[in-house]
Formats: sequence, C-alpha cells, structure tokens
Amino acid sequence: MSTLTQPVSEHDHTEGPADAPLTLVEYGDYQCPYCGAAYPVVKRLQKTLGKKLRFVFRNFPLTQMHPYALIAAEAAEAAALQGKFWEMHDLLFEAQALLNPEIIPSWAKRIGLNLEQFENDRKQSVVEGRIKEDRQSGIRSGVNGTPTFFINGTRDDGSPDYGSLLVALESALAQR
Amino acid sequence: MTALKPGVQAPDFSLSATPDQKVSLSDFRGKPVVLVFYPADWSPVCSDQLALYNELKPEFSGFEAQIIGISVDGVWCHLAFSKDRNLHFPLLTDFEPKGAVARQFGVYREKEGESERALFVIDAEGVIRWSYVSPVGVNPGADGILKALESMGKGEKTINSKD
Repeated sequence: MSTLTQPVSEHDHTEGPADAPLTLVEYGDYQCPYCGAAYPVVKRLQKTLGKKLRFVFRNFPLTQMHPYALIAAEAAEAAALQGKFWEMHDLLFEAQALLNPEIIPSWAKRIGLNLEQFENDRKQSVVEGRIKEDRQSGIRSGVNGTPTFFINGTRDDGSPDYGSLLVALESALAQR
Repeated sequence: MTALKPGVQAPDFSLSATPDQKVSLSDFRGKPVVLVFYPADWSPVCSDQLALYNELKPEFSGFEAQIIGISVDGVWCHLAFSKDRNLHFPLLTDFEPKGAVARQFGVYREKEGESERALFVIDAEGVIRWSYVSPVGVNPGADGILKALESMGKGEKTINSKD
C-alpha cells in the first residue's frame, strides 16, 4: 500500500476546502496524454463532489519521454508566483495539443501575467526547487507513472477514468 | 514458483542486450544492480514502469546502481522499444531458452509465457538483498528499490520488505 510521504499543506496548490473529507492528490506531467485525459475527469469529479473534495496538483514531469514537460511545469509554477497557478495549469491541459516552448509566453499573456516577471521567474531556483521537491516526494510516495492519484493519502491503483475514481472516492468517504 | 529471497546469491547469467552484445550479471560485480523483470515491451506509454526508472536514473546513479531490464522479448523488439522510449539502461532478452533466467530467479509465469513483474536489488557481492513481486497489473514504482539501496548504503544487515 503506497502512501503519501509528504502531507498536503498550505505550500501545495489546492482547490476546494482545506477541511474537505476527501483529498485527491494528482502527480502529473503537462505533456502526458494520460494526464490530459484525466484533466476533464478531475473537473467532473469536482463538480459532482463539490465541497467534499479538495484537489491537489503536484509536479512529476517525465522529462525523458516528454521534452516540454519541464518547461510547462516551470510555467505553471512561475504563474503561481503571480497568484495564477490554476489558470496556467488549466490552460496547459486544455490546449495540451498545442504545447511547445514558443506558445508559452502568449499563454502567460492570455491569463494576465506580468510578462517580464514571468520570464524572470521561470528560471528561478524557487521554481526549479519546487518541481524537484514534488518529484522527490512523488518518488518516495510510490508514484509509478503519470497521472498517479492519491485518495486521502493512499495511492489509487485503479483506472483513472471518471467512474472508477468516483467509486474509489465515495468508498474513501464511507470509510471516514 | 516463488521468487528468490534476500540472502541468496543471485544466479549469474549471460543474455543479449543487442544483436552483437551479451551482458552478464557478473559484469557488474562491485556495484549494486537493480534487476527489473517485466512481462513485455510496449505496454501503455507514460504509465510504463521502465519509463519511470529511466526518469529516475539520476537517483539510481546516486547509489552507483545499475538498472537492467529483462523480458522474454527478442533483441530487435527491445531495440525498437528502447529507442522509442529513449531508455538509458540495457534491456536483456530472456528469449532462448525462453524464460530460463526468469525461472532461475523464480519469476516465470509458465501459463502466460512471460516473466512476473519482479524487482531484485543485488549488492556489490552479487547477493540478493531485496526482492519484490508486484501484481502484474500494478506498476510497483521505485520507492521500494530506493529504500533497499539506502539500507544497503547504511550497511544495514536486513532490509524491511515493501508493504
């Protein structure tokens, strides 16, 4: 049974109430098609479960397989420094098919970021450090590919489709 | 058939890594080795166990550990797969006699004709220090391997198995 070694904290990027009975953590890669497929699934789960669900995203770029995964992660973490993590996260997944280095500045502009600060922040050690930290916590927690989901701290080994995840989440809810 | 347990000397073997190159386990004596038995090449992308270990090669190198993949696929299949996934560690072919090395390690699935999804961490003297057989549909990740390598690095005599 693989469990999260790094508990969710205010340091994390979260959506939903901090005291929600369900916490869903995703370790993801912005260029991974399976994560791209999981993106609308998570949105749907959030709609269905409302205040019962807190969703957390952590980075796990598979840089050997996905050449743009790291710059995408850096873009999202740089956007976070201007308070727009989720806007960039969502855009990266919604337009995943278009992802490449040249398009990222226009996406930053689109979500209203200060471009100069964004460009500067992308290469800061705080951004790189954050991504490395997520990678390490992921490795230790038993992340075995992308996406890897943890429900209330336990790795979910089922299929990352809406039905399976909903059943797993509802079952975790019933166990509380 | 049960997987070889910690404390046992890993059987030496010699398998092809490429059409012209054979690799023996004893070639790596002096450094830890992580043997990754897996059923077959070309399982779904991204969630692939080997892609994960490829990504984590810096962590394994930190322990000076050599990762080696083994399946019953032939050498040309391995070459194509390795190229496609940009893998930076050897894939060995347990092809002829089929599954012979997997059998030696106690991880061959006779009915399916493929090896189990099994991990062995072998120390610099060639002794198995940790082994784990994962349900074939579950990617075991890397945390068990890294914990084992860490324990070995600390000189611990026994390693707690992955729960």
